[in-house]
Amino acid sequence: MAAGAASGGSATTDTYKEARNWLLLPSWAVLGIFVLAPVCMMLVYSFLTKEFRGGVIWEPSLAAYDQFFFDRGLFGDEPAKIEWTYITIFWRSIWQAGAATLLSLVIGFPTAYFIATRPERVRPFWVFLITIPYWVNLLIRTVSMKFLLRDQGPLNDFLIGTGLIDSPIHIVNTNFAVQLGLFYSYLPFMVLPIYAAVERYNFSLSEAAADLYAPKWVTLRRIVLPAIKPGVIAGCILVFVPSMGSFLAPDLLGGAKNFMIGSLIEEQFKGNAGNWPFGAAASMILLTMVLIILLIFARQQSKAENGGS
Amino acid sequence: MSERMSNAIDVRNAVKRYGDFTALKRISLTIKDNEFFTLLGPSGCGKTTLLRMIAGFEDVTEGEILLYGDEIEKLPPHQRPVNTVFQNYALFPHMTILENVAFGLEMRGKSKSEARTRAGEMLELVQLSQFAARKPSQLSGGQQQRVALARALAPQPKVLLLDEPLSALDLKLRKAMQLELKHLQRETGITFIFVTHDQEEALTMSDRIAVMSAGEMQQLGSPTEIYEQPRNMFVADFIGETNLLEVSVDQVMNGRAVCHLGGGHALTCNSVEGINVGAKVHMSVRPERLFTTDVPVEGEALKGRVVENIFVGTDISTIVDLAEGPQFIVRTSNSERGNKRIFEPGSEIFVNMELGAGRLLVD
Amino acid sequence: MATVNNDIKTYKGFRAITLLCLLVLYAPLVIVTIYSFNASASITNWEGLSFRWYADVFTGPESDKFKVAAFNSFTIAIMAATASTTIATLAATAMVRGGKFKLRTVSFGLISLPLMVPEIVTAVATLIFFNSIGFTRGYLTILVAHIAFCIPFAYLPISARMQGIEDSFEQAAMDLYATKRQAFTKVLMPLMAPGIISGFLLAFIVSLDDFIITNFVKGAGVETLPTAIFGSVKQGIKPNIMAISTMLLSFSIVMVTISYFVSKSDNTK
Repeated sequence: MAAGAASGGSATTDTYKEARNWLLLPSWAVLGIFVLAPVCMMLVYSFLTKEFRGGVIWEPSLAAYDQFFFDRGLFGDEPAKIEWTYITIFWRSIWQAGAATLLSLVIGFPTAYFIATRPERVRPFWVFLITIPYWVNLLIRTVSMKFLLRDQGPLNDFLIGTGLIDSPIHIVNTNFAVQLGLFYSYLPFMVLPIYAAVERYNFSLSEAAADLYAPKWVTLRRIVLPAIKPGVIAGCILVFVPSMGSFLAPDLLGGAKNFMIGSLIEEQFKGNAGNWPFGAAASMILLTMVLIILLIFARQQSKAENGGS
Repeated sequence: MSERMSNAIDVRNAVKRYGDFTALKRISLTIKDNEFFTLLGPSGCGKTTLLRMIAGFEDVTEGEILLYGDEIEKLPPHQRPVNTVFQNYALFPHMTILENVAFGLEMRGKSKSEARTRAGEMLELVQLSQFAARKPSQLSGGQQQRVALARALAPQPKVLLLDEPLSALDLKLRKAMQLELKHLQRETGITFIFVTHDQEEALTMSDRIAVMSAGEMQQLGSPTEIYEQPRNMFVADFIGETNLLEVSVDQVMNGRAVCHLGGGHALTCNSVEGINVGAKVHMSVRPERLFTTDVPVEGEALKGRVVENIFVGTDISTIVDLAEGPQFIVRTSNSERGNKRIFEPGSEIFVNMELGAGRLLVD
Repeated sequence: MATVNNDIKTYKGFRAITLLCLLVLYAPLVIVTIYSFNASASITNWEGLSFRWYADVFTGPESDKFKVAAFNSFTIAIMAATASTTIATLAATAMVRGGKFKLRTVSFGLISLPLMVPEIVTAVATLIFFNSIGFTRGYLTILVAHIAFCIPFAYLPISARMQGIEDSFEQAAMDLYATKRQAFTKVLMPLMAPGIISGFLLAFIVSLDDFIITNFVKGAGVETLPTAIFGSVKQGIKPNIMAISTMLLSFSIVMVTISYFVSKSDNTK
């Protein structure tokens, strides 16, 4: 009933309405001071002048952004050309993240679908199996992956031992190794939203399609996929976004040739070669890109929700 | 005890608004001491809102609520000496049955042992002593229901509020619980306020019923009054089955009105105040107050044709189309089949009405 | 009936892909675990079963470094998880039981901020922040940063749990003369326990595992297990790293398994 919807529903209730501000104060304080304020401070730093041994000089400057986008020669006196170095690194990050997302989708979608169609009782266990590795330290996972894929590693040993190949396949320090590492890092983010969507999907729609002579794969493409699209998109975003800014997989599995944004940023804050404003600017550009992607995604999701039923 | 003090609950001009939506539109009602009082209505009518306002879970937007003469609408729920049996029982899942029943007593400052003793007695009253150490999840729906009842009665509330407590039970259990509730109410002498959307349940159990719809009270009265003398269309339609007919009033005299049904049919029925000749109003007549014959019994018999007979267990409902007039449902009790005839579909018959069975409604 | 239903749902090959997926997920962990018991000093050749490298972790040349790192990691994780779980529980109470309010969306955005901002950006921002206020980097800066970014991880299971608990339980308590505070401590909190425990465990693991943010804010000389391992791995994977990795990954798996079973024990039903 109407009154029930306004008060008795389980989503939000107002039992502790009076204490609300006090209850929220600690989280506001901690997150405001140690997450939000730092991000604002980073924005400020990106517009300051670099100090040669790390840190900044408090003089406003556009040098960081200028360095990112324009090449003015060794002494800064030549006419500005587009600087491709960093744009290429960003582009490579996007490309690598995209490839990792695609790989996660190709493996993750059937997996999520398979799990969601298991008997209800065993589903949580399957989900648990998929998520366990995620909770193992990312560093350890990435190192393990590197160990497995090395030229003299167990995978190549196994393949040579079985006679499938004569000489080791070089996987480490290739783009593919990075994609595999990213896939390994973020796979549950692909599987879980798709799983949730398939679990909510009403399979009598599939039955209706089959009843109307649709072959199974057509049913999957024309009926199931449109219904679970929000879950698929959510999964893609959740893999793509962290992949783009990842540091460990490209650093350990990709080597120097396969530099990504994460390493570029990290380098600016290590040792004496660093350039803090430039690192802050690169971080701001990354953050802006991520927020734009999330914003478009949120728009679409809310549109889908409003127009859905 | 003064006159005023013998009222368990006085609701005075209570209004409840959620933003732009008005859930309760200025309700006033009085619930007497030691009464089994029912708030009846379809979902969304505001009955639960009113109950929750008495319990203290909803603020009162405007108006007052008095409990035995004391204003309580500003008190938090834990300071109101009323207890609630929740629709889903809301038994604390992490406590045993005994702990559940003892909870209210402990909160009222009774010692642990005292509370447990009294809780044990309450469990005896609802015949669940052997389950005292169990958790709520180990009990059946009907047993959980009785625990909820014991828990709410244990602190001896001045008024017990019951929010559709039987709706989750199956039909047989529900019937049994209806009787048990009625018994408990008589035994304890506590005022019960019962919320339900089930009119049969309301008629069975209540001393008085308030029929509500769209945030307004439609009628307040005893079950018989509500059933026999519905005040308006909503009540007539909501309570029981009825034939609702559009009529025009031809004549009014001595508390009776002669009405015109269309197709040349006319009926005499009880009039109500404010009815004038020529008015177009509705008439309600219960199907069990009609009977069919093959020859007209008196002047007012209505000629028609049987469309269908529907067997519904205890009764047979006959659908009759009047020639160029409305459709009637006539109900014949199976026990009367000996002296009343059931006609085959297609038969030309007459519909007769018991004197005074028809009632005009002011909408 | 059941078989017909199944036939419409299932697709050929999906099971095989799922198994392949599990193979890819578990193979590296299993391989590293196996090789951590290798007697050889080389990581390439298998020379028989041995606990040699486990002993090395505790007594070898790098053992002091790892002991200090482990101490830092675990003390920080315990404190960060405790603080973030407390903060998240209070926040969840306001968000789930606080009715509708203007700043609700903003609050939720703030709480989930660490999940939306790429970790490396949070790391850079935190480093810059501590630098700008002249705070010396070290143990304390790691702890503070961990408390902040663990909040959403603790918040999510706690608020999910609270949403699953109907407020009629608290109303019943108040109806039975419990004050709001009593309804909170005697009814809501016990029912919340599984959510709070799993929130705590997740926050604990997230803190224990964190590399990127820690690497930025730790300052010179202070190491946690991940940063110590990373430093070691930069010079090549060594057998003692595999032993330490195996211990750490077993620990994480045990914790997550506990969290799984705790969250499965639904005491509201």
